[in-house]
Amino acid sequence: MYELSCDVAVIGGGPAGLAAAISARENGAENVLIIERDNALGGILQQCIHPGFGLTRFHEELTGPEYFGRFVARAKELGVRSMLSSMVLEVNPEAKQILATSSEYGLTRVQAGSIVLSMGCREKTRASIMVPGTRPAGLYTAGAAQRLVNRQNIMVGKRIVILGSGDIGMIMARRMTLEGAKVVMVVELMDYLAGLTRNRVQCLDDFGIPLKLSHTITRIEGDRRVTGVYVAPVDENKKPIAEKEEFVACDTVLFSVGLMPENELTRKGGIEINRITNGPCVDQHMQTSAPAVFACGNVVHVNDLVDNVSRESEKAGRAAALYALGKLPKANRTVTCMTGNNVRYLCPQCIHVTDEAETAEIYFRVLAPQEHVRLRACCGGKVVYEHAEFRVNPGEMNHVTVKTADLTGEELTVEVIKED
Amino acid sequence: MKKEIICTVCPRGCHITVDGEGETVTSVTGNSCQRGFTYASAEFAHPVRILTTTVRLAGRTDTLLPVRSSRPVPKEKLFACMEVIRSAEAPVPVRQHDVIIENILGTGADIIASASFGTDD
Amino acid sequence: MHMRKTDVVVIGAGAVGCAVARELSKYKVSVIVAEKNEDIGGDASKSNSAIIHTGYDASPDTLESQLVVAANPMYDKIASDLDVPFRRIGAILPAITQEQYEKLPAIREKAFRNRVYDVEYRSREQLLEMEPNLNPDVLGGLYIPRESIIDPFILVQAYAENACENGVEFLLSEKVTGIRTENGAVTTVVTENEEIACKWIINCAGLYCDDIAAMVGKDEYKVVPRKGQFFILDKNTSCKVQHIVLPIPTKVTKGKLMCPTIHGNMLVGPTAEDQPSKTDKSTTQEGLQSIVRDVRNLVPNVNVRDTITQYSGLRPNRVPEGLHFDVYDDLKGYINLSGVRSTGLTLSAAMGKYVVQQMLALGAGFEPKQDYIARRRGIIRFHEQTPEIQEQLIRSDPRYGNVICRCETITEAEILQAIHRPLGARSMDAVKRRVRAGMGRCQAGFCGPKVIEILARELGCSPEEITKNEPGSNMVTGRTR
Repeated sequence: MYELSCDVAVIGGGPAGLAAAISARENGAENVLIIERDNALGGILQQCIHPGFGLTRFHEELTGPEYFGRFVARAKELGVRSMLSSMVLEVNPEAKQILATSSEYGLTRVQAGSIVLSMGCREKTRASIMVPGTRPAGLYTAGAAQRLVNRQNIMVGKRIVILGSGDIGMIMARRMTLEGAKVVMVVELMDYLAGLTRNRVQCLDDFGIPLKLSHTITRIEGDRRVTGVYVAPVDENKKPIAEKEEFVACDTVLFSVGLMPENELTRKGGIEINRITNGPCVDQHMQTSAPAVFACGNVVHVNDLVDNVSRESEKAGRAAALYALGKLPKANRTVTCMTGNNVRYLCPQCIHVTDEAETAEIYFRVLAPQEHVRLRACCGGKVVYEHAEFRVNPGEMNHVTVKTADLTGEELTVEVIKED
Repeated sequence: MKKEIICTVCPRGCHITVDGEGETVTSVTGNSCQRGFTYASAEFAHPVRILTTTVRLAGRTDTLLPVRSSRPVPKEKLFACMEVIRSAEAPVPVRQHDVIIENILGTGADIIASASFGTDD
Repeated sequence: MHMRKTDVVVIGAGAVGCAVARELSKYKVSVIVAEKNEDIGGDASKSNSAIIHTGYDASPDTLESQLVVAANPMYDKIASDLDVPFRRIGAILPAITQEQYEKLPAIREKAFRNRVYDVEYRSREQLLEMEPNLNPDVLGGLYIPRESIIDPFILVQAYAENACENGVEFLLSEKVTGIRTENGAVTTVVTENEEIACKWIINCAGLYCDDIAAMVGKDEYKVVPRKGQFFILDKNTSCKVQHIVLPIPTKVTKGKLMCPTIHGNMLVGPTAEDQPSKTDKSTTQEGLQSIVRDVRNLVPNVNVRDTITQYSGLRPNRVPEGLHFDVYDDLKGYINLSGVRSTGLTLSAAMGKYVVQQMLALGAGFEPKQDYIARRRGIIRFHEQTPEIQEQLIRSDPRYGNVICRCETITEAEILQAIHRPLGARSMDAVKRRVRAGMGRCQAGFCGPKVIEILARELGCSPEEITKNEPGSNMVTGRTR
């Protein structure tokens, strides 16, 4: 068996893995290795050829390839190594070992000082939302279609209905339209948009593509290739109103119905998983329940902006480097993060208070859209953060920032409250 | 003529109403900041978009080169630009930000490579 | 029209047709299997509950019970000879209500009449220990140890590949359009492209056996498809069972069950809905909801949110009911199988032998082959091997190192074998049924685009020619540029 060793091993060379690897190098880890299953670095951004990346981080609008290109260049400069076309089969958190397979090296065992999980996420499918009907060709997740159209030079269909108003779905609506397909409509179960407003404007409104909020696909028709779908409005309980069902002819259905962190390796490694995010539980250093294992990006929780992923991954990379060097400060105590009003989940799930004065960012998503609100964090009966927001949306990530020194209680509660 | 514009400058998504004629803006309401004002005025008078798509690579059918416009192009010219791009071909190797089509349809924007292909990086 | 000549034509390459063909291939006799679909695997044979039954609940003293009971013990040898994933996990039949509890003695009695003697009572405590996720209201039940699970796709492929290796010819995408007879005997099978002169015709057309029978005027029965809808749950689903958990049957239906699949998913279903259409395999909201409702009586915490796919299959139910093996004095050489329904997968092993025995009894005079190859090896499943063997595999073929399907850890080498074996895959579904690429939780989201490319490359065609299954099910519409 091929054997390798490194200070920090990073699983996944997408935006999270790249940022973590760079940060690990910049924080003292000499030997940083990225293990990537694709034949190139960049992850999903390779197929995200649209603009809109980097507005927060670089204050300019970049395409996916441009965004990750900057990180690849920096990683190269720092001598980060990468093992491409290599699939990790197993992570052993105690032994700090990774088993990977590739055509080039065969089975490879990597011995690391610490491990960063950055495997990203995958798309939910038709089955996860239980759309009945037939099982013809022409049903794709939006991301699979995006890969085919943008990377493999393959057009998936001509007349398209998109279920779900997630960002990838809307971006594919524009993409397919520009490529000459007819996007008949975008159907969204909720009464609000799942993705970013900007994408609604630039991907749907610009091209006159109807957005059907509070609607769903009730069944799929077609024996061999899709011939159409039935679309119906839903009532306040999200149940389709059968009498208002309408047939919409199409040859393709794209599903953009949400993303799921891809944690098969994490689970197999016995690392604790949060039941809301479906990602590993982490602290403010992105350290998982296995001390030598860190995690970042969409494998932890699904982010809205890659800029946030990069930022979070830098924390993971830094902490992983410090851990490998034996310099990660010891925790004196643990503060548990608790969801308050209109907060779906928090990430990190806990904060380890150390001797070092730190600020910790706690990211979260709301349960429902709300306007004129205050984001508030309380600990030990004290308000430790408060900030006014005009509007919060489930499709967009929010965060609060706290000083660990202020966390005197055992629990930190984050809530969204109506401004009076 | 009044036009409702959803601001995309920040996630707040203000619904801004712009009134005016042609390229002349007479009033902007509903914005919460100066950036919104600027965006809505421009969007009213002369909406532009960054165009991103792909270009065929010489000698390859199984993969494509991602490209973008070097600057925003008028929204109404997007489809015309696509027609030009559809018949274009990029050489191999190609470097990120190499110009594939110069000054596309006289818009002043070049179509440039978003990524490199066939180079070492 | 292309002309051929053979001794036997088997119509239909489902479980029964392939089992019959394999059995015939043990003899010095030429056999052609004609199949209307683009792949072997039939219709009903590929969408069922994947259970090898014991026959404990069959109607006693019928051909069906005789064949099912006889077939069950054969599967250990079939699994080892033909390399088919198979496991004897056993079934439990928990009684939740008093009324159900009172039915147990009669069920056991019936099992004994079917000569399934190893059915035993289990107490409430024993059942809950066997299946901690069982409804805690369970009063007691039965344990049927030889009820088993199998990979139904591989079973049919194994029969067919083994038959093929022993000289049987398969004609795929060849729908039988007519049968010619002369002087009270069959002479020719006509398909869309072929005329096959033959002495014997065995109708194993399942769902369409009445249409075939009508070609020779022997359609004294009709097939009324009975739809069964199913869910498949993620391997990681929190609430799992270790046995086949069966409901106590009612007068109307055998009911909906929950069981593991041979590859570690959970299967729940099926419904039982009679319908006129032989092609409508759609799932319905009502059907799916009824599964959830019913299975929750057995396993209250079953989590259908972990569904990775739903499908439905059509059982070729016969009216009048029952499994029939028919030969006719006025039509020599014609053998008609009808009413092969949900027990068809199980009884296929016995049916092969039964059919050949009957043919011999009718004076077929087939001579056994001396050089029959009894064993068939399947495609080596990379992810099931030890690291040492995985290493060897990659060294022997580096494409074993290239994982294409992430969810199921299926490598490029396995997909290539699926395509290039005899009776190899020509479509996405055919690849999936052979090596499980696309069978996992992402349902081909990741590997689908790659498999399209691999198929196009290996078959020497363009991506837009690649189909999901039958002609017209093209995956994509063309090149972008």
